[in-house]
Amino acid sequence: MIRLEPDLKADFPIFDRLIHDHRLTYLDSAATSQKPRQVIDAELDFYQKTNSNILRSVHTLAEEATAGYERVRGLTAAFIAGQAKEIIFTRGTTESINLVARGYGDSHIGPGDNIVVSAMEHHSNLIPWQQLAKRRGATLRFVELQADGSLSIESAAKVIDKRTKIVAMTQVSNVLGTIVPIPVLADLAHAAGAILVVDGAQSVPHQPTDVSAMGADFLAFSAHKMCGPTGVGVLWGKMEHLEAMDPVLYGGEMIAYVDRQQATWADIPTRFEGGTPNIAGVIGFGAAIEYLNQVGMANIARHGSDLAEMAYQRLKEIPGVAVYGPDEKRGALVSFNIDAVHPHDVAQALDAVGVAVRAGHHCAQPLMRWLGVAATARASFYLYNDADDVERLVDAIHSTKRYFQR
Amino acid sequence: MNLDNMYRETILDHNQIPRNKGTLEDPTASVGLLNPTCGDQIRLDVKVVDGQLMDIRFDGQGCAISMASASMMTEAVRGQSVAESLAVTREFKAFLTGTPPRRNLGDLGALEGVAQFPSRIKCATLAHNALEQALTQDGVS
Repeated sequence: MIRLEPDLKADFPIFDRLIHDHRLTYLDSAATSQKPRQVIDAELDFYQKTNSNILRSVHTLAEEATAGYERVRGLTAAFIAGQAKEIIFTRGTTESINLVARGYGDSHIGPGDNIVVSAMEHHSNLIPWQQLAKRRGATLRFVELQADGSLSIESAAKVIDKRTKIVAMTQVSNVLGTIVPIPVLADLAHAAGAILVVDGAQSVPHQPTDVSAMGADFLAFSAHKMCGPTGVGVLWGKMEHLEAMDPVLYGGEMIAYVDRQQATWADIPTRFEGGTPNIAGVIGFGAAIEYLNQVGMANIARHGSDLAEMAYQRLKEIPGVAVYGPDEKRGALVSFNIDAVHPHDVAQALDAVGVAVRAGHHCAQPLMRWLGVAATARASFYLYNDADDVERLVDAIHSTKRYFQR
Repeated sequence: MNLDNMYRETILDHNQIPRNKGTLEDPTASVGLLNPTCGDQIRLDVKVVDGQLMDIRFDGQGCAISMASASMMTEAVRGQSVAESLAVTREFKAFLTGTPPRRNLGDLGALEGVAQFPSRIKCATLAHNALEQALTQDGVS
């Protein structure tokens, strides 16, 4: 029986509600995870007892709010084995990657240079680089996939060359569940004199993370996919790169000295956090990190990979169901299609029995074309899911098939 | 929830056996539309002669709701005047947001249940938006 003990569903108030008179089988954590009571309470508690802006005022509330916010910076750094001053809070992975593309890319990429991504990137790790390439007269290159959806290292070795300045790569595909061997990519990038930007949106929530062991130069991820609130993201960068990066959001809090015609910047990381940040969200994110630490990231990793493996094998056995992605150790998700039934209709039918999955192109249109499908359905798992949830999914897929193929 | 409220027999029938599917050899207008949130695609060919919609074909891929709606729409407007076709499209869209239709919308009436699912309304209206474009601008391809 695959279940983290004690049953963690009890910590998540959303599982108290019914969906169309069925218990909720939430299989859409790759889109956003549910929030434990600890996180919801931390955010509520902040607004009720501590609410204040940070970094400026000297009154008690401001001191406490600032200390709370900075404490989470420390927790975040420890979570990925980095330094606190290398942690920049953003609104999410998308903003984090855009910050690197603008703040670092604009001053480090020129005509004739190239940027390398993979053929399975989420749009948020594709469009910022497309736009950077256009702005700077650079080219965008793609590391191709092998037939099973795993990354072709051979292709990576071919496209990364002396003119490569940035390699931007997802660590786990949000569609295929493919796990990318980041240290190998880091070696290839560094040997070519390029930096490696890792999209950790689907990996950091699910496994222990050590930025040095990865060999990453930047790492982007979102709080809301790891039990935290929406509207909080992280950009971690090596200090030498952050020092070479320009701010993108100009305004309050990010300055040191301001004249009528010019200004100097605050220290790193504050200079990259212009404007009042999502303070309560960051406080909630701190509670999320503590929650995950308590369960243990190694346990969460094993659990997610067990559930995904079970779902992959069970779905593969169903006639007329196609599953996508490599048949090996995978991220905590499985994408699938039912013959002659559009994934939106699949998702609608599953919802009717309380099973929540995502259907669509998953913000990865080029990958959909590579797969030769318009869209897929996707079931994704997290620490509160168990083997029962997989059984419910399998049962619901059987009845969906019967319903549409009558 | 009873799925049958959304997927009536008529809808599944049009989805499985679409009417007027394909392309026209000599369309007077042709419109391609994409639903960016889900990737549904439709291409609609129309042949208008003297203000009459003489022929219509659709092609594309999408969910049962979008494909059935396209199929039903072609049946409802084929052979009608342009003005009447546009009126059907307008009434159908209003119908999905709760306004009872004055016209007989034919099989399109079976899409009534979609009104309860705001995220699916755009599936049902994709073909109708394509028709509006095809009939209000000339020779688009």
